[in-house]
Amino acid sequence: MADDDIILSELDDEELVLQMHDDLYDGLKEEIEEGVRILLDRGWAPYDVLTKALVAGMTIVGADFRDGILFVPEVLLAANAMKAGMAILKPLLAETGAPKVGKMVIGTVKGDIHDIGKNLVGMMMEGAGFEVVDLGINNPVEKYIEALEREEADILGMSALLTTTMPYMKVVIDTMKEKGMRDDFIVLVGGAPLNEEFGRAIGADAYCRDAAVAVQTAKDFMARKHNSLA
Amino acid sequence: MIPADGELTEAGLAAEGRGRILLIACGALAREILDLRAANGWTHLDLTCLPAKLHLYPDRITEAVTEAVAKHRADYDGIFVVYADCGTGGLLEQRCRELGVEMVAGPHCYSFFEGNDTFAGREEFTAFYLTDFLVRQFDAFVWKPMGLDRHPELRDMYFGNYEKLVYQAQTDDPALDTRARDCAARLGLAYERRLTGYGDLATTLARL
Repeated sequence: MADDDIILSELDDEELVLQMHDDLYDGLKEEIEEGVRILLDRGWAPYDVLTKALVAGMTIVGADFRDGILFVPEVLLAANAMKAGMAILKPLLAETGAPKVGKMVIGTVKGDIHDIGKNLVGMMMEGAGFEVVDLGINNPVEKYIEALEREEADILGMSALLTTTMPYMKVVIDTMKEKGMRDDFIVLVGGAPLNEEFGRAIGADAYCRDAAVAVQTAKDFMARKHNSLA
Repeated sequence: MIPADGELTEAGLAAEGRGRILLIACGALAREILDLRAANGWTHLDLTCLPAKLHLYPDRITEAVTEAVAKHRADYDGIFVVYADCGTGGLLEQRCRELGVEMVAGPHCYSFFEGNDTFAGREEFTAFYLTDFLVRQFDAFVWKPMGLDRHPELRDMYFGNYEKLVYQAQTDDPALDTRARDCAARLGLAYERRLTGYGDLATTLARL
């Protein structure tokens, strides 16, 4: 591989960041870890490493996935690489008080064990400055409600991959309505068999086609929420 | 003649131009439908199949079926769509209703092969299913599209939450049993075989 010849520590900051975008694209976990450490050693703020090197690189991956240039395996490798970089940054971000955009509770619905999309959304949301509470898979309505209340979250994210499990999202939203708490949260839904019409029909705020759309939608809703409170 | 699996995956199957009712089916069901037709003498049924690989992109199924209905509608007394929901999130069912054609009930072929009621009753959501076709086409449908041939380290990201592989056998074939068992081992899952036969597919087609 030609990239074997590149010594990351010899690149200047701009070249290194661009190389990290390439390495993320190629799913090179160890190179990403090395790049993150180099930037930190050079005095970069953890938040800048996260946004300029990792999130910006993953945004390119997301766009090429949306456009049919990359496929799921490549996205997963890139996500693994980003996750490794984030693992280094996370404790430092907490220490340095990186900006918090909002808080999201996310989980796959009851009867469904698929979590690849949910995990990608959670990671990209974290990268965008959201605090993410991941409930995992196979979540009954009680678990969602309890977590929303406990965490004082802004956003609920629900995921499903099966036609048979996606209607459960409506059960959760209807329960939130019954408890008079629906309007306290932004509800985003996603998953392969879903579509915008379904999102509207069950009373979600938005259907998000992919992780990039989820992040942008969450940011837009948070901005509106802040404006309405101002 | 039964077409090759690779052909059914990539290209589908052309209609013969005989019979009153056209079945527009998934290529993954061609052998089973042709077998049922031959065994029952259903000469009124013609069959065309869309490429089975559409299942890798479920969002394309509804449009592909719509085009096939438009293409063949004038040539037959009736059309029946041999797809279940197949990951279309209800869109295929809605489109079939708009087009005035019927389709097979259920979420997936692995539900109607077992019988939709039985399948739903199991609530077996940690199982990964293979049919005869999918056992034969495991590499083309599972291993390669998921990138496991190039990146075996991704296996547990895909299958870490599954517990077992269930091979729903349409035919009693020891060779397929052996291959299915090997598929389960490659995915790191426990193995179970169920002889389902054709399940609701047989009873559904018998009504036509």
